[in-house]
Amino acid sequence: MQYTVDKNGYYGQFGGAYVPEMLFPNVEELETQYLAICQSAEFQAEFAALLRDYVGRPTPLYLARRLSERYRTQVYLKREDLNHTGAHKINNTIGQILLAKRLGKRRIIAETGAGQHGVATATVCALMGLPCVVYMGEVDMARQRPNVERMRMLGAEVRPATSGSRTLKDATNEAIRDWINHPDDTHYIIGSVVGPHPYPDMVARFQSVISQEVRQQLAAQTGRELPDYVLACVGGGSNAAGAFYHFLDEPGVQLIGLEAAGQGVDTGHSAATTVLGRPGILHGSKSLLMQTPDGQVVEPYSISAGLDYPGIGPLHAHLFTSGRALFCPITDEEAMQAGLLCSRLEGIIPAIETAHAFAYLEKLNAQPHETVVICCSGRGDKDLQTYINWLDGQPVGH
Amino acid sequence: MQTSVAPNRLADLLAQKTNLLNIYFTAGYPRLTDTVPILESLARAGADVIEIGMPYSDPLADGPTIQQSSQQAIDNGMTLRLLFEQLRGIRARVQTPLILMGYLNPVLQFGIEAFCQAAAEVGVDGLILPDLPLAEYETEYRPVFQRYGLSNIFLITPQTSEARIRRIDALSDSFIYLVSSASTTGAKAGLTTEQLAYFERIRAMQLRTPQLIGFGIADHASFARACAYAHGAIIGSAFIKLLAASQNLPADIERFVRDVKGA
Ligand SMILES: Cc1ncc(COP(=O)(O)O)c(C=O)c1O
Repeated sequence: MQYTVDKNGYYGQFGGAYVPEMLFPNVEELETQYLAICQSAEFQAEFAALLRDYVGRPTPLYLARRLSERYRTQVYLKREDLNHTGAHKINNTIGQILLAKRLGKRRIIAETGAGQHGVATATVCALMGLPCVVYMGEVDMARQRPNVERMRMLGAEVRPATSGSRTLKDATNEAIRDWINHPDDTHYIIGSVVGPHPYPDMVARFQSVISQEVRQQLAAQTGRELPDYVLACVGGGSNAAGAFYHFLDEPGVQLIGLEAAGQGVDTGHSAATTVLGRPGILHGSKSLLMQTPDGQVVEPYSISAGLDYPGIGPLHAHLFTSGRALFCPITDEEAMQAGLLCSRLEGIIPAIETAHAFAYLEKLNAQPHETVVICCSGRGDKDLQTYINWLDGQPVGH
Repeated sequence: MQTSVAPNRLADLLAQKTNLLNIYFTAGYPRLTDTVPILESLARAGADVIEIGMPYSDPLADGPTIQQSSQQAIDNGMTLRLLFEQLRGIRARVQTPLILMGYLNPVLQFGIEAFCQAAAEVGVDGLILPDLPLAEYETEYRPVFQRYGLSNIFLITPQTSEARIRRIDALSDSFIYLVSSASTTGAKAGLTTEQLAYFERIRAMQLRTPQLIGFGIADHASFARACAYAHGAIIGSAFIKLLAASQNLPADIERFVRDVKGA
């Protein structure tokens, strides 16, 4: 079974580039050039240097002793929260800004949900001196206020997406429409392993540094390169793609993606795509999609803005249908409890997205000698207000 | 090209007439039951081609006007199944060529074969599915479309390469939708000299397929200008705005069509 993208841009039956003609030249330009550019020695050297000196890589792989004791297994945290800007998102934005420069682009646009990708994009635009417009749903602008202010401080313009559910899906629509209206000078830095081919593959490659480091670090720390389990939360699926990437062809490694069940998969307030979705097309690729019987996209719900998306990347749809990875829904309640527990036991306040991955420790039943790697995708500073409201007994959502 | 589509109303019309006015409206908008009355008014008023929008929740190629009409139509309860019900028997009253325009996902959920069959049954002549990729059309969709006599209409834009335009020309069997500028629908009004140069460039290619120009066509002036370069033109957002503001649909639609044609 092949888990990476094929020459037509598909992962099994999923993927492709379902874009209107207005976007075809842009997507084709990327498609014909991304591999040659990204694999050139000169690009690789600049990418590696920035990841090391600017982002702070490699990030630690940390044996979380108190969580390990509590769950009677070996829990390792891959500390993507320690990256500059506080999440894994910057691995991808560094890669894409270097690509955009080589394509001669002079303007950058992005979508954002939690604001982490928006901040990571605004950051690399400041670094490279390029103008940056970030689209963000109105609902998300309200619940991730600190990130809106960070983007503005970094010099980006944040434009509210006011259509539909006013969250990540709608911000992505607006970014794509902006790209249609600026086909020549603009590069769209997509924030997850979604969108038309070659985006899912390109973003997965930039994020694959996560599992590349995990392999080396595990070998150094335990003498074994391969963990038994890798856990990661899945919004579009970029941190999961990065954490899974170098284990895809290792059948002994159980890969587990944690989706946002929201208030519960049967409540109508959920974002658990593998449970609730059917094959469909959104944002330029065929994947699993939450939709009505008539094919209208359903408005998802999650307490966590970064997971509040009605689809998943085509790679994950393929990993799900082929059985290579397990996907499990985690409720708001379970995620919040796990986030609070991790804060108290390890002194690490995770992003609420990330907390969905921690919550699976309650269900995993790993053996004492087994190793569990959790992709700690981001830090929880942006979520303090949501945590505080939750502790005060007033869950916030929309 | 060895296309063997049974000639349909659209191909016949294109062979006979120029200065064609194609008007787009969203099915189920402003009210759910307005689809057929609007269609009949357009036909009576003399629209040459009518493009019926199948509303979709996430219309990527559309600007705010068509987005809002689509959302309103969905909120009104419009579905593909209902649209085909509304269109049943329309051919007894309307002979104008009909095109269905929409995004691929609702069509996929309906089922490609079932969709084409239902469209052919009610008398649809052509389809515009902007997010249907050319390669997928050639390998998977074309045989089905042809079996039901449905013409697939491709878009080209100022950025489309000459080689790709040639390929699209070879695959087309009614007209090519010449998108006048790099934009979403309704974004830019009027036609600039830069756009006219682009039309000129396309005209010089001497394509075998006639073209209709769309995006930015809103009134008689822009319609007449576009007709100087192509087989006709397409109006969408300007007509949706008229529908949104109208207190008397039949009268306003007749006046709109007459004004645009300058008749
Ligand atoms: C910390 C963090 N983790 C995870 C995600 C979800 O994105 P993805 O599934 O692409 O990793 C986000 C998105 O904003 C995030 O900020």
